[in-house]
Amino acid sequence: MNKRFNFKNISISIISLWIIILIFIPNLLILAASFLERDETDIIKFIPTLENYLSLFEPVYFEIFVKSITYAFVTTALCLVAAYPFAFIISKLKPAARKACLLFVIIPFWTSSLIRTYALIVILKSNGILNSFLMFTGIINEPLEIMYTDFAVYIGLVYTLLPFMIMPLYASLEKLDKRLIEAAYDLGASAVQVFTRIIIPITMPGIIAGCIMVFLPALGLFYIPDLLGGAKSILIGNFIKNQFLTAGNWPFGSAASVFLTLLLTTFMILYFKAMKRFNASLMD
Amino acid sequence: MKNTIKHLYVGLIYLFLYAPLLILIAYSFNKSKYAIGWQGFSLEWYEKLISNQLILDAAMNSLIIAICSSLAATIIGTLAAVAFYRYRFTGRKALYTMVYSVMMSPDIVMGISLLMFFMFIGLKVGFLTLLLSHITFCLPFVVVTVYARISGFDPNITDAAKDLGATEFETFRHIILPMIMPAVLAGWLLSFTLSLDDVIVSFFVTGPSFEILPLKIYSMVRLGVKPEINALSTLLFCFTLVTVTISQLLIKEKKR
Repeated sequence: MNKRFNFKNISISIISLWIIILIFIPNLLILAASFLERDETDIIKFIPTLENYLSLFEPVYFEIFVKSITYAFVTTALCLVAAYPFAFIISKLKPAARKACLLFVIIPFWTSSLIRTYALIVILKSNGILNSFLMFTGIINEPLEIMYTDFAVYIGLVYTLLPFMIMPLYASLEKLDKRLIEAAYDLGASAVQVFTRIIIPITMPGIIAGCIMVFLPALGLFYIPDLLGGAKSILIGNFIKNQFLTAGNWPFGSAASVFLTLLLTTFMILYFKAMKRFNASLMD
Repeated sequence: MKNTIKHLYVGLIYLFLYAPLLILIAYSFNKSKYAIGWQGFSLEWYEKLISNQLILDAAMNSLIIAICSSLAATIIGTLAAVAFYRYRFTGRKALYTMVYSVMMSPDIVMGISLLMFFMFIGLKVGFLTLLLSHITFCLPFVVVTVYARISGFDPNITDAAKDLGATEFETFRHIILPMIMPAVLAGWLLSFTLSLDDVIVSFFVTGPSFEILPLKIYSMVRLGVKPEINALSTLLFCFTLVTVTISQLLIKEKKR
C-alpha cells in the first residue's frame, strides 16, 4: 500500500514541480519584467511602468510586427498553395508508393533546419549555383541579387516549413472517402463544386492544422531572416533576440514576447472556435 | 497528359526539397573552395573537418546533451503521461494544459524566459542550464506521444492487475510500460532529434563555456560559407537518414 502511494505521489510531484519551476515561473518572470523599467547596470529596475508596451506601438517597432505577421501569412499561404496539390496527389497513390513518398517528405522535415538554410545560401548567393547556371545558359548577364532580400527570406521560410504543411494535409486527405466525391459527381456537381464543397470542407482540419504549424514557427524562427535576409529584415524573432542579447533591454524584449504570445494565443483561440463550429456542422 | 502534369508537380516539389541538400553533399566532395563548378573529387573538407577540434568538441557536447536530455525527458514524460491518465488530482487539467501550451508557444519565448529564470536564481549559463532547458522543451512531446497511446487502452487490464494484488508500481512496470513501449521509444527519438537540432532555445541558455554543434554551425555560417560545413552537413544528413529509417521501423513494429 505504501509503495503504491509513493509511485503515484512521486510521479505527480516530479511533473508538477518541473512544470511550475521551469515553465510557469520563467513565464511569470517575463510577464513581470515587461512591466518594469530598464536599468543600465542591473538590467532591470523594480519600478512598475507601462512604457515598454507603449513603445511597442511606436511606428518603428509596430512596423516590425506588421512586417512579421505579413511574412508569416504570406509564407503560410505559399506553403498551403504548394502543398495542397502535392498532398492530394500522393494521397491518391497506391499504398506502397504513398508510404515511400511520405518518407521522402519526412526526411527533410527531420534534417536540421539550420543546415537546410545553409544549403540555400550555397544556391542563392551571388556566385552560387543558381546564378552560375543562369549565367551559363545565357538567361542573365549579371548575377541576380537574391541573398539578403525579402525574396530570399520567403524562399528560406517556405523551404524550411513546407513539410510541416504537407504532413497534416496528407493526413486529412488520406482519410477522404472517395465515395463522397463519386456521389457528388453522380448528383451532377462540377469538378470545382466537388473541390470547394466537398474536398475543402472535409480536409479543413488538416488545412488549419498545417497553417498553424507553419504560421507559429514562421514568426519565431529568427535565424532564417538573420542568415538569408541580412540586417535589413528585422522580424519579431530577431527583434526580441536583439533586445535580449545586443541592446540589453530585457523589459522591452519581454514586452515584445508577451505581445507575441498574446498574438499567437488569439490565433489559437480562433482556431479552436473554428474547429468547434466545424465539428458542430458535421454533427448536423 | 493529366498524369504527366501530376508527376511533374510532385517531382518539382521533391526537387525543391532535395536539390539544396544534394548540392551540399556534392560540394562536400568538390576540390574547389569557392563552390563554383566541379574541380574534381576530394576528401579534403572531411579531413579539415576531423582535424577541427572545436567542431568535434561541439559535436560531442551536442551528443552528450541530446542523450542526457532525451533520456530524462522520456522518463519524466512517461511518468507524467501515466499520472495524467491514471490519477485524478488537483491541478491535473491546469498542468496538462500547460504541457500543451509549451508545445505551441514559440521557441524564442521559451528561450528568453528560461534565460531570465536562470539569471534570476543566479545559475551560470552552460551545461546545466542547457540540459534543463532541453529536457523542458522535449517533455511535452513525450507526454503527448505516450498519452495518445495510453488513452487507447482497455482499462480493464490495469483493473485486473490491481484485483490480482499488484501495486501501482508493479502495474506500471509489468503491464503499462510494456504496452506503451513503442510510444516511449518514439518519444525518446523525437526528443533526441529535437535536442540535437535546437538552435533557438540553446542560443539563449548556453554560454561560451559550453558550445554545441547547431550554434557552432550558426556562427560559422554567419561568418561566411566554408566548405567544411558542407562536409559536416553531409554527415549530419546521413545521420538523419539513419534515424528516420530506424523510426520508420519502430512505427512498423507498433502497427504489427
